[in-house]
Amino acid sequence: MDMMKRIPVREQAPKVRATNFEEVCYGYNDKEAIDEATRCLNCKKPKCVEGCPVNIDIPHFIEHIKNGDFVKAYETITDSSTLPAVCGRVCPQETQCEGKCIRGIKGDAIAIGKLERFVADYAMEKGLKPSVQKEQNGKKVAVIGSGPSGLACAGDLAKLGYEVTIFEALHKAGGVLIYGIPQFRLPKDTVVQKEIDNIKSLGVKFETNVVIGKSLTVDDLFEKEGFDAVFIGSGAGLPRFMGIKGENANGVFSANEYLTRSNLMKAYSGESTTPIMIGKRVAVVGGGNVAMDAARTALRLGAEVHIIYRRSEKELPARAEEVHHAKEEGIIFDLLTNPVEILTDENDWVSGIKCIKMELGEPDQSGRRSPVPIDGSEFDIDVDTVIMALGTSPNPLISETTKGLETNRRKCIVTQEETGQTSREAVYAGGDAVSGASTVILAMGAGRKAAKSIDEYLSSKS
Amino acid sequence: MYRITKANEIAKNIFLFDVEAKRVSEFCLPGQFVIVRSDKDGERIPLTICDYDREKGTITLVVQVVGASSLEISKLKEGEFFEDVVGPLGRPSDLCEMSKEELKQKKIVFVAGGLGTAPVYPQVKWLHEQGIGCDVIIGAKTKDLVILEDEMKKVANNVFVTTDDGSYGRSGMVTKCLEDLVAEGHEYNHCVAIGPMIMMKFTCLTTKKLNIPTIVSLNPIMVDGTGMCGACRVTVDNEVKFACVDGPEFDGHKVDFDEAMKRATIYKTVEGRAYLKAKEGATHHGGCNHCGGDE
Repeated sequence: MDMMKRIPVREQAPKVRATNFEEVCYGYNDKEAIDEATRCLNCKKPKCVEGCPVNIDIPHFIEHIKNGDFVKAYETITDSSTLPAVCGRVCPQETQCEGKCIRGIKGDAIAIGKLERFVADYAMEKGLKPSVQKEQNGKKVAVIGSGPSGLACAGDLAKLGYEVTIFEALHKAGGVLIYGIPQFRLPKDTVVQKEIDNIKSLGVKFETNVVIGKSLTVDDLFEKEGFDAVFIGSGAGLPRFMGIKGENANGVFSANEYLTRSNLMKAYSGESTTPIMIGKRVAVVGGGNVAMDAARTALRLGAEVHIIYRRSEKELPARAEEVHHAKEEGIIFDLLTNPVEILTDENDWVSGIKCIKMELGEPDQSGRRSPVPIDGSEFDIDVDTVIMALGTSPNPLISETTKGLETNRRKCIVTQEETGQTSREAVYAGGDAVSGASTVILAMGAGRKAAKSIDEYLSSKS
Repeated sequence: MYRITKANEIAKNIFLFDVEAKRVSEFCLPGQFVIVRSDKDGERIPLTICDYDREKGTITLVVQVVGASSLEISKLKEGEFFEDVVGPLGRPSDLCEMSKEELKQKKIVFVAGGLGTAPVYPQVKWLHEQGIGCDVIIGAKTKDLVILEDEMKKVANNVFVTTDDGSYGRSGMVTKCLEDLVAEGHEYNHCVAIGPMIMMKFTCLTTKKLNIPTIVSLNPIMVDGTGMCGACRVTVDNEVKFACVDGPEFDGHKVDFDEAMKRATIYKTVEGRAYLKAKEGATHHGGCNHCGGDE
């Protein structure tokens, strides 16, 4: 075995998976996981742990795998992570733990994400649950939103003995894990639902169909419902559009709409009554993970799909693995290209997209070279569906209805970095509602941090 | 699960339900809506709240059968359940935010078209409770499709029914009725028009002529109803708004109705679905069984 080389992970063949919604990656089996774990140098000062937003004791859990003790490996991970089966699949490991791996300097970094997933899947298969809670302490915490930050916060608080209720606006719990990330990347019934069931088994109550800010306000949670603290993890749900001509034509969708129809409402399957427009040729505008998800969904539904992105490949914000998978599956990348107008037919349905070629100029505030249009380079791409995946911002429903809750210019809730506390007493927040659209793991980390602060706050009060 | 305490067919293919939805009933105000699903595989359907009983914890919904999902809802019986009811969504009617003094200055006429009578009712009832009277025009294609006339009469000063075919009440469209009323000497300085898009469009053209400020309530295609999907975007005064969170009520004289009507066709109308099929070719699968493959 070449210790420099990563044990390859088995995947569905690109041509096959391009036509179905089954998970792309099969994950490691026992032997593969042990072999991969054997490559770990077990560094004295593990850089990988520093790279992990929730500081999972990575060398330790890998050592347990190496010894074939998968149960201990699971216990080690769940000491720090609430959603290992999810994070093992969707974390940007290449820029976090794996990006810091010493093995990665001369060879391939240890496949930490794949190993985490292996352990979590093993635990699910064997029905292992995270360790159970202490006695109830009689204090009530309301968690708004059942996405990664809310689940993590609720899970930790329940373990500490709090009575936790999660309020979810949609009819199904899971937030972006359910409505946003597609089945082929994150299976819903076998992974997400099981992680949610684990949280339920800790005693957390879920109340779906409650829109905080509409059905109830944050103040009501204290005054009418008797909660002692509130955590806001309402995510970044508002889609952005470009503001170009033709954007309200039939056939232009936000990635949120497209993915929600396909994922939450299961429009990709034959069983759903929710419609989705597929189109013969689809343009997805944007270069992030959501753009890749929308593109690969449209591809699986049978369309020819173009990704239109204004910078070059190097600047694509999506995870390298997603871009690689998308290319393998046959997504066409139109890079250094920016839409200027959506063309419509006589009935005001999309008939194409007019774009302009871009070149990279001086670096902007983000340090990336900013794209500049090339005069006279306009050209049309013939498409009948356009999906806008330009990022999302926090939903103002809660901030607008909560007096004294400070938000910034981008409508993000302002919190103290270390504690997650907002400008309101006993109100904490975390995840995309605070940071703007970011990753599952950072949201989870923020949820856990807030749980710790809430515990400290409520313990000091009594 | 949300229990149905009453289910009636109040006109041909129009069904009224009282549903237990405690949180909604406690907080809702006229003008707001809910999203319901009839069963666990059901589509999310926005429905305007027609009435509410804060003590019993129920809300009243009125549904007209127009497609597969509303047909499923229509089959629900008393004692059965809606899988999901979420709300109240959208902003309450502007009238609810006005002071009594402001309201007293208003000479209000409601123009209700067909099923639009249901969302008009709670506004008229609310005004009545504030001691404010108003007139209501109820328009319907034909006599059998007039709904909530008796209920409306109890809370409005005057109710004028008009049918397209003249089978009941006055004869002709609501726009004609409104023009006639003004010609007969009725004075209005505020109009609320709710009904099919085409009816609201023409009512607004009429009220523009008559110089009566007009509010309309839009019911575009929606998925989540909380501002997340953007399917419900409408152009109002050259600005893009989301009907679910910025509306559903807007200044009718500023709404781009032609765009709104085109956007409403995509999955909903026979023409829209046929057009979608032609455009999609091999990838078309009837909007995922929604329209049965457009057979």
